[in-house]
Amino acid sequence: MSSEQRTDEPILRVVNLKKYFPVTRGIIFKKTIGTVQAVDDVSFDLYPGESLGLVGESGCGKTTTARTILRLDEPTSGEAYFQGRDIFKMSRSELRDLRSEITVIFQDPYASLNPRMTVGDIIAEPWSIHGGVPRKDRKNKTQELLEVVGLNPNNVSRYPHQFSGGQRQRIGIARAIAVDPKIIICDEPVSALDVSVQAQVVNLLEDIQKEFGVSYLFIAHDLAIVRHIVDRLEVMYLGKIVEEGDEFQVYDHTAHPYTQALLSAVPIPDPRAKNRGNRIMLEGDVPSPTNPPSGCRFRTRCWKAQDVCAGEIPVLEDRGQGHPVACYFPGVEFSASGAPPTTTA
Amino acid sequence: MGFLRVKKSEDLGGSSADPTAPLLEVDNLHVEFRIEDGTVRAVNGLSYTLGRGETLAILGESGSGKSVSAQAVMGILDTPPGFVTQGSVKFRGVDLLALNKKSKTYDHVVPEVRGTRIAMVFQDALTALNPVYTVGWQIGEMFRVHQGASRKEAKEKAIEMMERVKIPSARERINSYPHEFSGGMRQRVMIAMALSMDPDVIIADEPTTALDVTVQSQIMELLAELQRETGMGMILITHDLAVVADVADRVVVMYAGREMETAEIDDIFHLPSHPYTLGLMESIARPDVHVDRLTPIPGTPPDLLAIPSGCPFHPRCTYATERCPKEVPELESVNGSHSSACFYWKEVQVEL
Ligand SMILES: Nc1ncnc2c1ncn2[C@@H]1O[C@H](COP(=O)(O)OP(=O)(O)OP(=O)(O)O)[C@@H](O)[C@H]1O
Ligand SMILES: Nc1ncnc2c1ncn2[C@@H]1O[C@H](COP(=O)(O)OP(=O)(O)OP(=O)(O)O)[C@@H](O)[C@H]1O
Ligand SMILES: [Mg+2]
Ligand SMILES: [Mg+2]
Repeated sequence: MSSEQRTDEPILRVVNLKKYFPVTRGIIFKKTIGTVQAVDDVSFDLYPGESLGLVGESGCGKTTTARTILRLDEPTSGEAYFQGRDIFKMSRSELRDLRSEITVIFQDPYASLNPRMTVGDIIAEPWSIHGGVPRKDRKNKTQELLEVVGLNPNNVSRYPHQFSGGQRQRIGIARAIAVDPKIIICDEPVSALDVSVQAQVVNLLEDIQKEFGVSYLFIAHDLAIVRHIVDRLEVMYLGKIVEEGDEFQVYDHTAHPYTQALLSAVPIPDPRAKNRGNRIMLEGDVPSPTNPPSGCRFRTRCWKAQDVCAGEIPVLEDRGQGHPVACYFPGVEFSASGAPPTTTA
Repeated sequence: MGFLRVKKSEDLGGSSADPTAPLLEVDNLHVEFRIEDGTVRAVNGLSYTLGRGETLAILGESGSGKSVSAQAVMGILDTPPGFVTQGSVKFRGVDLLALNKKSKTYDHVVPEVRGTRIAMVFQDALTALNPVYTVGWQIGEMFRVHQGASRKEAKEKAIEMMERVKIPSARERINSYPHEFSGGMRQRVMIAMALSMDPDVIIADEPTTALDVTVQSQIMELLAELQRETGMGMILITHDLAVVADVADRVVVMYAGREMETAEIDDIFHLPSHPYTLGLMESIARPDVHVDRLTPIPGTPPDLLAIPSGCPFHPRCTYATERCPKEVPELESVNGSHSSACFYWKEVQVEL
């Protein structure tokens, strides 16, 4: 479902979000010697019941985007609206309420659960902050939640270290859904898990969405997993969104050279796909976010770059591809399967 | 530059190396850790053969014994608590292990292969490199220690190696410290160190797990290119089925320290003959096709302190019968060099 067709209001709207971090030197006399442009002018909408993927390589600003939306980091500029209310103008008590409407599942199931709390206490903790479930009902409700995420309800008094990685991630999921949120931000929820367990957790997230109708902001660098969970994607490079579209637009009618390179680098689990013939080998590393290239930030690694790319920053807009792309020379000659893409209407 | 004579593998161990023997032959390797809580049986009967120019992938999930088996081959096992309790490791026909009569375990007795004939690239390049020395010094050290090169010679060699692994402007960056390099460049430095002695075998333990996909494909391509140039054999340790499909010639699939299946790459993917291999294949997401629902392997990975009896995979296996918890299935030939450790491999193949 592409955004044009939606007539309902987005549940989350992010507009021109910027988050810069100062880079300092010196321990006693801190001197600012530069800024990291971690998130630079990012805008997107998330609709009710939708899964939106935020993908890109390490350091491109995915986690910072999420943290800023939750006001765990203060924004440098921009706006963010939850159900029409401006998150960046919320008071402390409004923010507390917001954090029961938007919850988070973190990447590392080992570090994100308090080792000294029982599973029951971990899941029930949001209720002691946000209320919602009377004390006498909490044990029952906790056991119900454990059942929802596929764990034995008798496990309430066990500690996190007694569980495997996949089971711990389920505990994190139970905690995230405990307060009936409208949005769950999943920050790399399966990348620390064994492959045989990843599929279990992805399926569980999909079931929860079907049952409770939550929206997901799904952050990941694994483009294979992302394909199976999201409806739409935002592709980020060095703090900026370079391409936006639904699953088929981004994977099968890939238009931005960076997305094309990223997708072509994802190995396909089939030796007969080895000679796909469309692998794009990028030169060099991601440039430093303290000193990003002028104009298009990808131009230093881009085989299509021309003089114009160093000038004005290309805006994210539909350039005849059927979906928005921030590139002066977009092309649809690439698709993830290696098959020639059908032309977009 | 002719001043350094790289030790030929034929000289190995003084005499008995056989130039016609395979590079590496591991037979029935068993490794265990004797710790307070009990005995962790990390590797239980691993066998493989690696030929010149070949890439063998050891595929398995976290804790399946991949790294430990490589440590035993390299002679860098953490002893105690780790012991090789059975098996042999032959490098060009020379057995690297010898029975220690007193402890009834096996010691690695040919330390000179380590780092020179068999080299290793570790997963986490940042912790494997020393933060207080420049990258140039660390690469050069290989030449100073193993070949008695002077500082100046070692520096020139280090630059040469950095150029070989395609670190741009190597001469200017030779005095950089590891933290000044990106993850991909640090992994290149590790590869440069591993290659500096022109090894016959390189063991790459999850060389790209910590890296982004675009850098991952650069590194795997670099390793393949160096391999084509020198004919070295590669053991690639990974949990990533897709990387295996891309680069390996043969695969050993491990589960709970045991070999479940071994085959040529094409057979593993197109004629999987073990329920675990099949389960992995079905659970993995692909970037190039849309499916509505993934098919996971039910249950959880095993606890190595209490490996299930019989076939260790039986509690998660849809093919399991009452025979499976009682008897350990031996690795059985399916076809030529393709073998499976499952009583029901024929049924698994029928599914396809
Ligand atoms: N508190 C901070 N102070 C300074 N710089 C920061 C801070 N937090 C993040 N950054 C920088 O901002 C950039 C974006 O970081 P972020 O963690 O958002 O990336 P990411 O896309 O989540 O990456 P990953 O996939 O590795 O988690 C990076 O260059 C990072 O070093
Ligand atoms: N020094 C040690 N002491 C005790 N147990 C150990 C030690 N090193 C490894 N083990 C155990 O041996 C088993 C196999 O570990 P190994 O590191 O080989 O797994 P792996 O397959 O490489 O996993 P991963 O993919 O997570 O790297 C594990 O259960 C591990 O806990
Ligand atoms: Mg992050
Ligand atoms: Mg390992």
